[in-house]
Amino acid sequence: MIQEFFFNITWLIPVFPFLAFVIILIFTQDNPKLSHSLSIGAIALSWLIGWGVVFSAIATPHLGEHPISKTVGWFETGAMTFNIGYWIDPLMAVALFMVPFVCLMIFIYSVGYMGYGTEEQDPNYSRFFAYIALFATGMLGLVISENLLTLFMSWEIMGLCSYLLIGFWFQKNYPDPNQITPRQAGLKAFLVTKVGDLFLMLGIIYLYSQAGSLSYADTLFNQEFLVRLAETPALPIFGGWSAASAIAALFFGGAVGKSAQFPLHVWLPDAMEGPTPVSALIHAATMVSAGVFLVARIFPLLNVVVELEHHNPTMGLIAFIGAFTAIFSSIIAVAQDDIKGVLAFSTVSQLGYMIAALGIGAYVAATFHLITHAFFKALLFMGSGSVIIGCHHEQDMMEMGGLRKKMPKTFWTFLAGGLALSGFPLITAGFWSKDEILAHAWEEFMHYGTASWPFFVWLLLTIAAFLTAFYTARQISLTFLGKPRGHHAEHAHETPNTMTIPLILLAFFAVTLGWLGIPEEISGYGNNFWHHFVGHEFPSTPLSLPVMLLSSGLALGGLGLGWLVYGRKPLVQGQMDPLEKSMKSIRLGWLYKAMENRFYFDELYRATFINGAVKLADVFYNFDYHWVVDPIVNLVARIARGISDFFSKFDEKIIDGLVNLTGLSGVKLSDLGGITDLKVVDGIVNGIADLTAWIGDNVLRPIQTGKLQNYLLILLISMLAIIGIYLVY
Amino acid sequence: MTIPLNWFLVLAAGLFCIGLFGVLSRRNAIGILMGIELMLNAVNINLVAFWRYLDPANLTGQVFAIFVFAVAAAEVAVGLALVIAIYRNRDTVVVEEIDLLKQ
Repeated sequence: MIQEFFFNITWLIPVFPFLAFVIILIFTQDNPKLSHSLSIGAIALSWLIGWGVVFSAIATPHLGEHPISKTVGWFETGAMTFNIGYWIDPLMAVALFMVPFVCLMIFIYSVGYMGYGTEEQDPNYSRFFAYIALFATGMLGLVISENLLTLFMSWEIMGLCSYLLIGFWFQKNYPDPNQITPRQAGLKAFLVTKVGDLFLMLGIIYLYSQAGSLSYADTLFNQEFLVRLAETPALPIFGGWSAASAIAALFFGGAVGKSAQFPLHVWLPDAMEGPTPVSALIHAATMVSAGVFLVARIFPLLNVVVELEHHNPTMGLIAFIGAFTAIFSSIIAVAQDDIKGVLAFSTVSQLGYMIAALGIGAYVAATFHLITHAFFKALLFMGSGSVIIGCHHEQDMMEMGGLRKKMPKTFWTFLAGGLALSGFPLITAGFWSKDEILAHAWEEFMHYGTASWPFFVWLLLTIAAFLTAFYTARQISLTFLGKPRGHHAEHAHETPNTMTIPLILLAFFAVTLGWLGIPEEISGYGNNFWHHFVGHEFPSTPLSLPVMLLSSGLALGGLGLGWLVYGRKPLVQGQMDPLEKSMKSIRLGWLYKAMENRFYFDELYRATFINGAVKLADVFYNFDYHWVVDPIVNLVARIARGISDFFSKFDEKIIDGLVNLTGLSGVKLSDLGGITDLKVVDGIVNGIADLTAWIGDNVLRPIQTGKLQNYLLILLISMLAIIGIYLVY
Repeated sequence: MTIPLNWFLVLAAGLFCIGLFGVLSRRNAIGILMGIELMLNAVNINLVAFWRYLDPANLTGQVFAIFVFAVAAAEVAVGLALVIAIYRNRDTVVVEEIDLLKQ
């Protein structure tokens, strides 16, 4: 009953934040309190319904085999009807467990971070809450969406919000022209992810051309169709791949952009120019994991090829890119001094983990790590945000130190997140999820031998795990241990409750969430909850003691080494990074510098793609202005001018002549008319008038004498005359 | 012995001519008015004479004559008033000098 209820109102989940977005943007921009209340209230409602749906889904038996799908007709094109609706399956449920809760925590945290009620309150405070509400709409829409079209729409809404929020402090400029400004970073993120989005769109179009539908039920969860797709050869451009592999590779292109995988990873570190809650929400917990979510979503498409042919080139590609990204960015993270920069590269690296896990078929482990990572990475980002606010917007770890006493709540929660990230054995979530990935890679590698790609994937991920623990220890030591190295750190203070309480709640999950996926051999409970719920159709990864010992050892070793280098003898002000010093001493200073500069990828892209685009634009400019188009246009113009000159002359001489002649004869005719008028007509009229005047003067006036007797005489004579005439006739 | 009608007619014609002569020849406006009275009375003689000799059964001629008297009286009243008004304004009753319309 209650399950039915929640399954029927699932569609409301993204609606609330959207309404909040609209209302804030239109009505309540002037009222910060109302704006953040609306935003937080909306996401809280979404969270309540979301968790209702999650627990209903957990209580529904065999949800994996029989996902729930509810749709309504949306629009029609030709004979095809597109539906809009929602899809409830275990993957959606676990994502829905994480997304609204993390959103809620970060929304509350934002109230403190954006300085509500203080002098530092952001001038665009309300707009910030409108944007993050819109972002939540996109993310929740993506999670619950029932077809690839609405998924793509949500995907793009998030891209837009990411752009708007990275560039939120768009007025900011830096004295150093080489330092990227927030608005440039926003543009960079938008454009780089667009490269991936293009692939995603091509994938969707390709899939649609094969299936004639975009709903999950008709495509990804239709075994018959998947088998047909796996047996269809792809377009020639994909070599000998099957259509299923090709489509999956295109989809993966979208994930590479969104989840910042190599080679499109460059946008994510710069995205840290946005406010820290945005980094936590979008660039750590939710949006970047949407790429992983997408690959997990299309996992049936990958899996069907494996089932049929026992190997899948796309999965090799995915695994390799993921593993390479994981190791590559964790190396960079070691040499970053910006507190958020470390976390940014750490995020890229952890996303690489998940992608690599999907590439080796560890679906369950990947989703597990996706969720646990979202919690502890959001926690770490929010902790770093708390440190940044506490240190008055200082972000350089070299200027920090000694914050343990000054910001105890932040320290302890950050420590929990950091241990989870490095995979501290047994108690933290990160250990269990990462261990599962490594175990799966180990199993694959045992199966295929050391000459195969699973071996490299395993090796890269294992080294990355060690580096992760090392840079985490470095970050915690530099930030919290020792003595303050800058005046901002000396005057640091603990942040308000709106910021620390979400930290504590997330810290709780960062530790405990991993217990959901403890292998049954260890828990003795006989039931790995996570595996049972999310992926019981996949064989569970057997517990591998060497892997577990190895990853425990790596985590502890990394943490220990980090502590030895940075924590045991804390740095004092102005001291060089000990790692840099030791690398210089063995002539590896250039390597450290390369790590610090992110292996010069930004410069490489600037030199190739950006300058290439500029050069290409120059070529087109010259083509247009100097070489071809303008000369042709000018030539045509000159010819046209010649022709028009000729016609102008023709016009002047002949047509004007004719017109003038006509005009002249008109003038003559009217002259004639004028003369006729003056002489003849006026003569007649004047003649009549003259005659009348003459008669008056000479005839009528004289008889009017004015003398009475004259009149009477005339009367008499007239009478006599009349009588006389009468008598005569 | 009965006086014939012609006698009356000749008398009336003579009286009319005297009146007409007076009107045309007199320079005094009052004289002209008097001439007019003579002419009117000549007509009255004619009217009464014709009635007496031609249609004595009906009171036509007498009534007509009475009307003429009444109108003549009214006319004289208006005419004399006009003459007095002119005299007061222009100090003359000579009709040749009263030529305002001509000027």
